[in-house]
Amino acid sequence: MKKRLSRITDILARYPAGRGNLIPILQDIQGEFGYLSEETVEELERLMGISANEIYGVVTFYTQFRFRPPGRHRIQSCQGTACHVRGGLQILKEFEKRLGITAGRTTADGKFDLERVACLGCCALAPVAAVDGEVHAAITAKKVSYILSQYGGEKGRKKK
Amino acid sequence: MTSLQQDFSKAQDRWRGLEDSKVPVFFVGAATCGRAAGAAEVLEHLRRRIKTKKLNIIVVEVGCLGPCSFEPLVIVHKPGAPRICYGNVGPEEVIRILENYVLGDDPCAEMALGKMTPGRLPGIRDFNEHPMMRRQVRNILRNCGLIDPENVYHYLAHDGYRGFLRALEIGPDKTLEQVRASGLRGRGGAGFPTWRKWQTCRTIPSETKYLICNADEGDPGAFMNRSLIEGDPHSVLEGMLIAAFTLGASEGYIYCRAEYPLALHRLEVAIGQMRKLGLLGKNIHGSGFSFELTVKKGAGAFVCGEETALIASIEGRRGMPQPRPPFPAVSGLLGKPTVIQNVETLGNLPLILRNGAEWFTQYGSKTSKGTKTFALAGKIKRTGLIEVPLGITLRDIVYDIGGGIVGDKALKAVQTGGPSGGCIPAEKIDLAVDYESLTKAGSIMGSGGMIVLDEDNCMVDIARYFLSFTQEESCGKCAPCRVGTRAMLSILERITAGEGEMADLDKLEKIARTVKDGSLCGLGQTAPNPVLTTLRYFRKEYEEHIKKGQCSAFVCSRMISYHIDQKRCSGCGACARVCPVNAISGEKKKPHVINQNVCIQCGVCLSTCPDIYAAVYRRSGELTKYEKRRKKKEKTD
Repeated sequence: MKKRLSRITDILARYPAGRGNLIPILQDIQGEFGYLSEETVEELERLMGISANEIYGVVTFYTQFRFRPPGRHRIQSCQGTACHVRGGLQILKEFEKRLGITAGRTTADGKFDLERVACLGCCALAPVAAVDGEVHAAITAKKVSYILSQYGGEKGRKKK
Repeated sequence: MTSLQQDFSKAQDRWRGLEDSKVPVFFVGAATCGRAAGAAEVLEHLRRRIKTKKLNIIVVEVGCLGPCSFEPLVIVHKPGAPRICYGNVGPEEVIRILENYVLGDDPCAEMALGKMTPGRLPGIRDFNEHPMMRRQVRNILRNCGLIDPENVYHYLAHDGYRGFLRALEIGPDKTLEQVRASGLRGRGGAGFPTWRKWQTCRTIPSETKYLICNADEGDPGAFMNRSLIEGDPHSVLEGMLIAAFTLGASEGYIYCRAEYPLALHRLEVAIGQMRKLGLLGKNIHGSGFSFELTVKKGAGAFVCGEETALIASIEGRRGMPQPRPPFPAVSGLLGKPTVIQNVETLGNLPLILRNGAEWFTQYGSKTSKGTKTFALAGKIKRTGLIEVPLGITLRDIVYDIGGGIVGDKALKAVQTGGPSGGCIPAEKIDLAVDYESLTKAGSIMGSGGMIVLDEDNCMVDIARYFLSFTQEESCGKCAPCRVGTRAMLSILERITAGEGEMADLDKLEKIARTVKDGSLCGLGQTAPNPVLTTLRYFRKEYEEHIKKGQCSAFVCSRMISYHIDQKRCSGCGACARVCPVNAISGEKKKPHVINQNVCIQCGVCLSTCPDIYAAVYRRSGELTKYEKRRKKKEKTD
């Protein structure tokens, strides 16, 4: 496997020099490694000539960037308006209950990430949630455990 | 231009080949929403059956036709018969259509939504006669759900890029004149006349000018742009060519949100095809006009839908807005004149150029010309993406197209414009949907999200919901927005928790006005709209929350208590077993009780209580509500 630094320089080589492409570069790095780290920021500071302060400023502004390793499966529970009026919050709570974590966290076994997202754009089929980008429509609280089981999750993890 | 002529004839041949195909064709709606409804499985089953039976059948993946509540949608072409559109087609149904209709002669009329092409088929009406379609005028969405969005020849066969060629022919001045005469206004929200933006940009002398397509559809509850890009990406890209040519812009960006992976993919595919056809690059088809196009993926920030914040984001900075003026049309991306247009605005341009401004103005009202797409969702029977002439009434949309409220409950309000918009109450149902009327009612047109709310939705909760969204998305640059949205949210949280005071209402209104007047950008200036409209039309609900501790929609959980009807309860113990905090107690086969001091109002007991008893009920203030109906008498033996 290639060293991480050379993987980063490979990504940088895809873009013309200059700070304009900082966001796509960060997106690519996160796509490659799954998350961003302090080392990445330091390396970018050196390679791109942008201060670490500024990079942190950008990274913390956008919700997409993360500094923790992601879980194997990414659950996005939609909290858009249509989902909200059709009980989207109950679905999120059900995910939280079944997984034993709050939104924004990863399960202890590293299997699932749970996120609340503003809108997945499938409002006509609300409430929805996406697992690894695949959207599940018209979810009910009962369907949550079925969805999790499809990804090998939640075996008797019900709380007493 | 000869090369494109060849492509046109090639496209005609290919499309006609499909249209008059001697072998059956299945068009499967496989946009994100279709896939969510199960289109991927349908495709898999269909393809497998075709393979195992060694059938000669073509399968084409198309975008979304619009009536999402009928998804997955499948259109079937059988040689010699009119094309039929089927709704709610699962894996079993698609095989049934294949066996019974395509291989047999039963057109499965019970599943058919309608005929797409003329011809006689007993028991199946025209698709355009379907109640969801009858009132619609599909101009912008003309190709969505009918063509393969990844096949540029399908687009060309439907007069694709002829609008752009027309613009090249008449030149930028006359193109601008056409857009002016059409009365087209920005479809992103504010409704600014498109031609005026262009004219400002054109008067600024600069060698470099930019055009940006805003596809950062951040409004929760809206999916018009996603559907258009997924279903017909070239119509948006052709619009970009027309705009760039008129402006003299040499570089373009499409800023699309990362939550739309399929739309991003479709854009990349389409841009590659444009390049192959010579529609991008230097000196496009010998016109002297050069244009390059880049897709930028958003990184998740609602405020980036605001023009100056979007520009900051493309420049690689925090997406924070700048004071205007200078407007982007004067000094935008990298300090150069920049025009930013919404996806749908651009999607209108090819039609205006091809058919002329006069054609465009036949649709719409006096000040709002043309058609507009809306994402119809919420408590409505027929949800989906619709396109209607501006000026149509809300009633027509909700009851005619949408088929009314789910479960025939009472309509309470229609929310338009997302977090920047407002709630229009049921008594204003005859309001015309145009820019001016919606603004007068305290809402905005917005980009086209339309959420229908019924009696089970609490308006205070809706206001709280939107404020929690805008408060979180406020970039923090200016104090009125940063502090004001937080202050409003905390008041709304107090009220929905049953801790509000009457003085809160005046305070709320005062802060809302300050935020509206004092904020730097559109996000802050419009964030109070959900609060102001609900206060204006639903003040009684606020007062009920405060004075009686009552949420009549039974939404605000802190104002609801759960109880067990002692006459109905059989003591089966099902609720006690699932209660997460052990608040329910009682002897076996004797009525149980809920300890109100322990209960956390999670509602599990209510959903668990067997229908034959339906003993759990809720109270809020003076109201009592039994959700379930007993299915049988309570005596079981």
